[in-house]
This record gives sequence, C-alpha cells and structure tokens, in this order.
Amino acid sequence: MNSLFYQKNSSRNIGDKIFTSLSLICVVIAILPLIFLVTYILIKGGAQITPELFTLEPNPPGDDLDAGGINPALIGTLIITTIASMIAIPVGVGGGIYLAEYSKGGSFSRFIRFGVNVLAGVPSIIAGVFIYALIVSTKILFGSMYSGLAGGMALSILMLPTVIKTTDEGLKLVPNELRYASLGVGASMYTTILKITLPSAFRSIATGVVLGIARAAGETAPLIFTALFSYYYITGFGDLFYEMGSLAVLIYNFALEPYDAQNQLAWAASFILVLSILSVNIFSRILAALTEKTKRV
Amino acid sequence: MEEKLALFKNRKRFGIEKNIDIIFKNTALVLSSFVAIILLGIVLVVFFQSFESFSRYGLKFLVTSEWNPVKDEYGAFTAIYGTLITSFLSLLITIPLGVGTAIFITEDFVPKVFREIIGSFVELLAAIPSVVLGLWAIFVMEPFFRAFFVFLHNFFGWVPLFSTEPTGRNSLLAILILVVMLLPIVTSIARDSLNQVPKKLRNASYGIGASRWKTIFSVILPAALSGIMAGVLLALGRAMGETMAVTMIIGNSNAFSWSLLSPGYTISSMLANQFGEADGSQVSSLFYAAFVLMILSLVVNIFAQWLVKKFSLKY
Repeated sequence: MNSLFYQKNSSRNIGDKIFTSLSLICVVIAILPLIFLVTYILIKGGAQITPELFTLEPNPPGDDLDAGGINPALIGTLIITTIASMIAIPVGVGGGIYLAEYSKGGSFSRFIRFGVNVLAGVPSIIAGVFIYALIVSTKILFGSMYSGLAGGMALSILMLPTVIKTTDEGLKLVPNELRYASLGVGASMYTTILKITLPSAFRSIATGVVLGIARAAGETAPLIFTALFSYYYITGFGDLFYEMGSLAVLIYNFALEPYDAQNQLAWAASFILVLSILSVNIFSRILAALTEKTKRV
Repeated sequence: MEEKLALFKNRKRFGIEKNIDIIFKNTALVLSSFVAIILLGIVLVVFFQSFESFSRYGLKFLVTSEWNPVKDEYGAFTAIYGTLITSFLSLLITIPLGVGTAIFITEDFVPKVFREIIGSFVELLAAIPSVVLGLWAIFVMEPFFRAFFVFLHNFFGWVPLFSTEPTGRNSLLAILILVVMLLPIVTSIARDSLNQVPKKLRNASYGIGASRWKTIFSVILPAALSGIMAGVLLALGRAMGETMAVTMIIGNSNAFSWSLLSPGYTISSMLANQFGEADGSQVSSLFYAAFVLMILSLVVNIFAQWLVKKFSLKY
C-alpha cells in the first residue's frame, strides 16, 4: 500500500504546489512596487538634495534652469500640521477619554464610535470641500480667503478619527485595578484619569497620534483649495492668514509643470516627505515591538 | 482613635473639586460629540451648497456628461462612471493579490521573521503619501507601461475597453496606481481576519485528510470571509475617494469614452482640478458632485461596518 507515503505526483500535491507558488507570486507583486518606489525616490530625490534647497524660495515656473529651494513649503508643512495637531489632539484625546472612561456602552457612545469610523472613511477631498464652504468662501477668518489656518483645519478633520480611536483603545487596555486603586484612596475621577490612566496609556496613545500626524503631513487633497500654495518665505504670524505652501502641494503643482527644473524639485520634496514619514513609521513600529516585549500588567 | 475617626468623617470632597470633576466630564462629553457635529456639518454643508444645482438639473445631472461652464450645462456622468469603473476594476485586481499575500504571511511557508518583514513592508506601502505615488506614476509607471498599452490596443482593440489609441495618461494607469494603494489595506485586514480563525478548525481539517490548500479554500477562507469582505469594502471606499494619485495620472478629460486607454475623470479629480477657479453655478455643481461622492463612500463605509458587526467571528 503506497497510500501512506507522500506521493509527489498525486493531483492534490501538485495542486497544492501550484497554489503555493501562486501565493508567492502575489507576495512578489505586492512588494515589488514598494521596493521600486522607495529606491527610485531615494536615488532620484536624494541626488537633488543641496543646502540651498532648504533655504531658498522656489522660483515661479518658467524656462530658467534654476528652480530654487523648498524652504516655504517645508516650513508651511510644519506649520499646517502643527495647527491640525493643536486642534485634533485636544478634541480627540478629550473625546477618547469620554468614550473609554465615562461612557457605559449606551447608545450615545455607540453612535460616536460609529461616527468615528464613518468620519475616518470620508474622502479627504470632502474635508477640503467642507472647509472651503465653511471658511474659505465665507471669509470668516478676518476676511482672508485661502489660508494656512484653513488648511490646518481641513487636516485636523482627517486626524481627528485616528486620535480618538487610539486614545479610546489605549485607555481600554489600562487594567481596571489601577482605576479602582486610585478611586479607592479617594481620588476624584478627573485626578484618576489625568494622573493614573492617561499616563499609563501614554505610550500607545502617543504612537497612534504620531502616526496620525505623519499621515496628515502627506495629505494633499484637503490643502489644494484651502491653503493653496505660495512661493514666498513665511516671515511672521500674520502669514497664517494668507496662502501657504506645503511639501505635498508643491509636489502636486510641480509634477504637472512641463519644466524639468520644477520636476526635479518635486522629486527632492518627495524625498524629504517620504524619508520623514517612513522613519516615523519604522521608529514607532520598533518602539511598539519593544514595549510589547516588556509589557507589565 | 476617636480623633482619627473624626478626621475621617470630615474628609468630604470640597465643593470646588466636585465642580472640577463635573466640568471635566462635561468637557469630555462635548469634545466627543464634536465627531457627530463635524460629520453632520459636512453632510449638511455639502448638501445645501449643492442645492442650487440640484434643483436646476435634478437627477439628470447624474446621467449627462455635458460639463460646460460657458453654457451653464452641467452633468457628471463621465466623472461618476470614472469613479465607479476605476475603483471596481482596481479592486478586482487587488482582491486576489491582497488575499494571496495575506495567505502567504499567515501560513508557515517561510520562517516567521520573514513573514513579519513582508507584512510590515506591505503596511509601510500604506504610509507613502498618494501625491508621491502620483509623481512616481507620471514619471516611472507611464513610460514603463506605454509599450504594453500599445500592445493591448493592437491585439484587443476590438474590445470597447481598449478601443482607443493610448496617448499618455489614461484610466488604466489610474487603476494600476489604485491597486498599489489598496493592496496594503486589503492585505492587512485579510491577514488579521485569517489570523483570527482558530487553530482547531485547521487541525480538524488536516485530521480528516484534507490537503493544505483544500483546508485554506474550504475551511479557513470561509471562516474569515466576513472580515475580508469588510476590508474589501473599506478599500472600495478609499478607492472612490482617492484624489491625488488618480488626478495626476488619469488625464482629466470630461469627454466620455468606454475605453480605459483614453483619458478619464473621477469625481475627486474633477473637484481637485476645478474647485480652485470655479465660480457661479459651477461651484454649486461641483458641490453636487462632491455630495454624490460623499453618499457613495458613506454607503460603502456604513455597509462595511454593518458587515463587521453582523458577521464578526465569535469563536
């Protein structure tokens, strides 16, 4: 009786091999674009990196060979993401605290959690459309139309679901014994949250929030008609109320220019954007892996 | 002893501390309801802004493809068709690739370290901004695929989908870049749901003599199906709303064509292109298109959440 032994040529074993190789092919196809993309950006963009890139204004597209630098866009991205974080983090952490610490699983909290998931699925360009209708076209911000402030608000809508979700989930992981202990020695609810539960969930919340910020930094669609773009240095606080450039919009605008010099600048900006986003991602992944190993309960 | 008890009795919480507690709770409550306010605000604002266009063109807006600001004629059929065709076709390519990858990294074909590296590689792909993918698509992908598109047209030109001469940017490129963007979503959700299938199901299947792939197809995949479906729907929502990479590579033409090799339009690329310099009834029509996009993605998202809740694994 051969049937107890592995039969190389039986149809089931051949079929298994075929499917195994098919899934390997899937993996190769899935991974190839990433490898191509990252190496191409690193080579093509890295070659454009010069000290002047970080200090100069971009020159308006034309056929002059020198495209200038990306200083205003770099600073603009920093400012716009800071504004977005300053709105989304307090609101999101506060909302997350309510969901995780106060709500008792009633219909309100279920509705909010559902809303968070729905808001996370709203296309990013709709956030831009919304802020355009609410702020840009009404000139509600002291008569200014397109502004860095409006861009930051549009981005904050995209960050908000991430922040609430990570706060909610981070706080839920904190063991209840800590809360009981704190309440048991007579601490009030807000002291317990601020002094005990939030600090012990700090690292997981911070990781999620930083990843959310990194994602927002690369978003373009909400900015193209809220913050628009600017070629000029950001000089002071007042510039918040005017058009503001950003790396993402710079890449979009200059990729579509017919001039080679502007295209090169887009590659350089992509290099900086991708390098910072990937390093934030890899760093937080390593941090999360380390925390998991040394987790105490 | 008596003294201590007296101390205990007087240890009441101060009024001010109580008030802070109440204020803190209510602030958190208000902040959490911001989500609902923003969501409602988005729906209402986009709806009311599109009202003028809605009352003028009605549902005809959805089926005509005239877009002429000079004559004040607006119809978004080309863009709606483009949104649907690009997202569905890209999903059709992504599902087998993503699920195949997910199976590979949940089975033990290679040591765990490699599988984890592959998994985090795919997830890193999701972190790359779509505008960078668009840049890459313009300068690397388009030249790379040009010869292939000419081949497609020459040999399959009789199929309506490939009936036009390829000239640079087109809908098929947009579909391909969408595949790159959707792969990480489908893969990571499919992987999570495959991982959640309990080991005893697999062991039972092996025990009655099923081969590995028989087990995968008849036991593991059906058990993980609802999770995978939810991931696919989330990816569909993302594909419909995706703006930058698609806008940069699709060619942005409002002339309707069945062919994937001709320039096309999606709702989001129409918004990205025209919103900045639109005025008058064009703005209202753009809001109408945005409203259509929003409803499409809301329906898909809510359906995905319902699916997760209804069919989530309970082992």
